[in-house]
Amino acid sequence: MRKVLWALVALIGAFAGGGIALQRGETINAMWIVVAAVCVYALGYRFYGAWVAARVLTVDSTRVTPAIRLNNGRDFVPTHKWIVFGHHFAAIAGPGPLIGPTLAAQFGYLPGTLWILVGAVLGGCVQDMTILFLSTRRNGRSLGQMAKEELGPIGGYAAMIGTLVIMIILIAVLGLVVVNAMRHSPWATSTVFATIPIAILIGLYLKNIRPGRVLEASIIGVALLLLAVGGGGWVDSHPAVRTMFDWDGPALAWFVIGYGFIAAVLPVWLLLAPRDYLSTFLKLGTVLLLAVAVVVMSPELKMPAVTQFVDGTGPIFGGKLFPFVFITIACGAISGFHALVSSGTTPKLISNESDVRLIGYGSMMLESGVAIMAMIAATLLDPGVFFAINSAPGVVGATAEAAVETISSWGFPVTVEQMNSLAAAMGESTLFARTGGAPSLAVGMASIFSSLFGQSMLALWYHFAIMFEAVFILTTLDAGTRVGRFMLQDFLGHAWKPMGETSWYPSVLISSALVVAGWGYFLYIGVVDPNGGINILWPLFGISNQLLAGIALCVATGILVKQGKLRFAWVTGAPLAWLAIVTTTATWEKVVSPDVRVGFLAAADQLAQKLADGALPAAQVAVAPQLIFNQRLDAVLAIILTVILWIVILDTARVCWRVVKGLPVPPTSEAPATLVTETR
Amino acid sequence: MSADLHTWWGFIRRLATDDAYERYLEHHRQHHPERPALDRRAFYLSEQQRKWTGVQRCC
Repeated sequence: MRKVLWALVALIGAFAGGGIALQRGETINAMWIVVAAVCVYALGYRFYGAWVAARVLTVDSTRVTPAIRLNNGRDFVPTHKWIVFGHHFAAIAGPGPLIGPTLAAQFGYLPGTLWILVGAVLGGCVQDMTILFLSTRRNGRSLGQMAKEELGPIGGYAAMIGTLVIMIILIAVLGLVVVNAMRHSPWATSTVFATIPIAILIGLYLKNIRPGRVLEASIIGVALLLLAVGGGGWVDSHPAVRTMFDWDGPALAWFVIGYGFIAAVLPVWLLLAPRDYLSTFLKLGTVLLLAVAVVVMSPELKMPAVTQFVDGTGPIFGGKLFPFVFITIACGAISGFHALVSSGTTPKLISNESDVRLIGYGSMMLESGVAIMAMIAATLLDPGVFFAINSAPGVVGATAEAAVETISSWGFPVTVEQMNSLAAAMGESTLFARTGGAPSLAVGMASIFSSLFGQSMLALWYHFAIMFEAVFILTTLDAGTRVGRFMLQDFLGHAWKPMGETSWYPSVLISSALVVAGWGYFLYIGVVDPNGGINILWPLFGISNQLLAGIALCVATGILVKQGKLRFAWVTGAPLAWLAIVTTTATWEKVVSPDVRVGFLAAADQLAQKLADGALPAAQVAVAPQLIFNQRLDAVLAIILTVILWIVILDTARVCWRVVKGLPVPPTSEAPATLVTETR
Repeated sequence: MSADLHTWWGFIRRLATDDAYERYLEHHRQHHPERPALDRRAFYLSEQQRKWTGVQRCC
């Protein structure tokens, strides 16, 4: 009976996949993709995930987990698997899986969708589950500690530097997404501003009025946030008030930088913790709502399966399908950042080793599903509209007329009137060149929601979606700055002891300022760049995220080989090889490509030439030297990241070689086994 | 029916860490009855401090 059921799942999946492949009409229904995805996940979880857990990791349900052995009622607490699943999913799912697929939709819906499915089932889910399992066996050690203990100091330092760099780039690019969504939009700006006092209010409530009553505080907070979305509409309609919130890009960038610094030095209970409760509530609620809406409405996707931009001429970011679709979509397929959450917090909650498949493999599958929904929300828009929203003025032309002419000439017809009436319906003055993915995702979500709940609320849904994205982008920004600060303090503590004290205020201020200056620099340059900044920052973020995944897979592969499981080393080795190829090719192209839309150095040289020739408009002359320096810095950064990855790969290969040759290697750091029966 | 609702409510409270203090008191009673327990507010503050010292949120 079971076998028949699974054969049926496989058959339906194959049918849906075939339906997508044979699609030759103008549009395709999103249900084909949803059904194919669900079948792929079900098969991946039931067969590959189960096989990896049982045969490769040899999960042992009779072995006592650290949550039970070290139970302290605080961080080590044996917890029901579905609760841990919820916490783990809430921790790994951020704005990444929503933005990456939206940007990659420029290649059409098919390449991104295939990578999200295959990458997750064979790569991301395996990585998350393996690291979660290995950390559980090591009392919840972090990725960096595991790299250091199992491979050697080189792996440990590489993991540390990689984490710090990814944090800086990630925060900069997410900050840029928020700034682009708020730029000259009084409604969005006032709503996002309002989230700050609301979070502080909830923080005070949770500390002073009803300490620790998270549920009621969150409900009050979410209600206030919804009011803020409505209030933003009032701000927008009020001629005098709206000008107060009509900010340009650089001003908003300074606001985000100042906010980031203040949030990092304030006590966590005041801003970070309450904001996180609110964003988690919103995140789970909106993801659920989006899933229901996609299934109920089953919209038609208007984007072609594959566009001509696979040749590298895409307006959103330059570069060919290979390797750039694999760099652009990191979260949702395979995200190295997850290895940091999978080692550390979550392993300390696991009550039985057999839960790692649901928590590690399952949470990543769900995140991958979120990425699929983002892809659907992006590709259900008219392609002309999608490109008009997401293309920077430096690419398609600075005026509305120029932009629609360029985009229509690609075969994606769009008119100025169409864009204007869409902007009016969304309560915005313009939707042209709102790069970064958040606004087009918000338009997509607003279209789905309003077709379910009535057309009159388009503007409200649009700004709800913007607020929802901004709230958890700002949470990532706060939390990331804090983590960066701790890492920097740890680092500086080696040079001068007092700097390492995490609660010494001068050290807090200095190290926070350094971290904020790091991402603030990239954010500011991204905002003043006429090509939109996303074009530069997102690939850099993708490369650094894949670097972290590479380090995690190196640790996993090294440990498998040390355990004498050489014949299973391909389980983590194959995704590692793929990431190494993708990251290295992407870095190579980003550095040496003569195409100015791809190569950092070519772009820097071209701009330098234009500046020398006096061919730049006056407004750009002032920022050109910064842009030139930044492109060269980005090239150096990309090279450093890839070199770090290769150092770790070679170090892992060295350890594996010694194992095969029977030479001594660092001993396993696994905690000795205790069986359930021994503790009873 | 009401037992089901009760289970669900407990599940939601657990998921939202709404019941963290009650679980802490329970643990404290069992393992450290000789020491006074933190009050609700002090517990909440120390939990936030602990929670936000590592990587908690991802991209």
